[in-house]
Amino acid sequence: MNTNLRLRRFRRFTALFWLGFTVLILLDAFSSRVYRPEPPPIALGSGQAPGGGHCSGR
Amino acid sequence: MPIRRLLLIAGALALVFAVTLLAGLRQGLLTLLGLGFGAVLQGCRFGFTTGWREYLERRNPHGLWAQLLLLALASSLMLPLLAQHSGELVGAVAPLTFSLVLGAFLFGAAMQLTDGCGSGTLYKAGAGSPLSVVVLPTFVLGSFLGASHQPAWVALGGLPPVDLLRYGWPLALALTLSGCALVALLTLPQARAAGPWPRRWVIGAVLLALLAALHLIVAGQPWGIVYGVGLWGAKAFAALGWNPAADPFWGVAPHAARLAEPIVYDVTSVTNFGLLYGAYAASRWHGPVTTNLPSARRLLVAAAAGLVLGYSSRMAFGCNVGALLGGITSASLHGWVWFAMAFLGSMVGVRLRRRIDVPQGAVFA
Repeated sequence: MNTNLRLRRFRRFTALFWLGFTVLILLDAFSSRVYRPEPPPIALGSGQAPGGGHCSGR
Repeated sequence: MPIRRLLLIAGALALVFAVTLLAGLRQGLLTLLGLGFGAVLQGCRFGFTTGWREYLERRNPHGLWAQLLLLALASSLMLPLLAQHSGELVGAVAPLTFSLVLGAFLFGAAMQLTDGCGSGTLYKAGAGSPLSVVVLPTFVLGSFLGASHQPAWVALGGLPPVDLLRYGWPLALALTLSGCALVALLTLPQARAAGPWPRRWVIGAVLLALLAALHLIVAGQPWGIVYGVGLWGAKAFAALGWNPAADPFWGVAPHAARLAEPIVYDVTSVTNFGLLYGAYAASRWHGPVTTNLPSARRLLVAAAAGLVLGYSSRMAFGCNVGALLGGITSASLHGWVWFAMAFLGSMVGVRLRRRIDVPQGAVFA
């Protein structure tokens, strides 16, 4: 297949991929209805333990 | 300023604003930091994979030294903070398990085939590298499965975590800096032969160290990547009807709660979103990019390796960011074990890479 054609197709695939990715995030953001008190803007000085997930196992 | 740059900045601001609106100011700030990570990684072409490969193939340690500089600077900034604010800030500390040893080795090998580690895959995918765009979905799938199996891997046993901070931050920092200096000394003769240290490596290391410290201050934990990536997979499968209740990882606290929450509440996810866009914006800052499409065989191999990359990252308590950078800058011994094992894995990965059709320079221009 022509290289330019392959590249054009791949770019179209990439654009669709990112579009789908964005749509899924938006759908998730608006469909989840979980109440969570907003954490202080900065953890340092907040007096609260961090609650985020981390690959180290938390 | 060209209209293209204004649009790129507007896109970044829109992303930060949207995340802030949906999840609060902390998440917005983390998105902003993610933008910085992506822009620096792409702008400085700061790659862990490339740095190691350059050393293994050409005995050029410039990239390796840049990583050591990053580790030294970030440790100097983060260890005193972690020690003095132990309730609010938590380091990346993990046990020295069999899964860590095997997982890091596999990760090191896989990252040479995917041409990107955790951060590398994300920033290159954001910048539009076809190889990394193909790797990203399998990386997500692998991280999801790896997390799900992580409890079983950890149950195979090992040693408990070794947190050097318990001996005080001055000693922990001295040991960490000594470790970095030792690796640098071992490669000193090659560094001399390789010529002057490119500025981009130094600038990248300094900026990434600053961003890593800021991330700790804002999030209360070190910068991480693969937790969020695995969460995306779990979210996708849950949307397709999978019930996580019986899963040994995703079905238990605190992961089950995070799975139920909107994805923008997750610390690592919003940083990753910022990273992806930051890399995109940085790659387009000077105009359109030229992209070469690798062969179908190469893409297929990379996609398969992406699955291993994601899976092994969860066996090893993280990737080059969460385990190597996060672990070492938290004075956790598992970070050094990860470094050694992933480097050994990369030695195998580089050899495997040579056997596959990888025209030099054709991966991403």
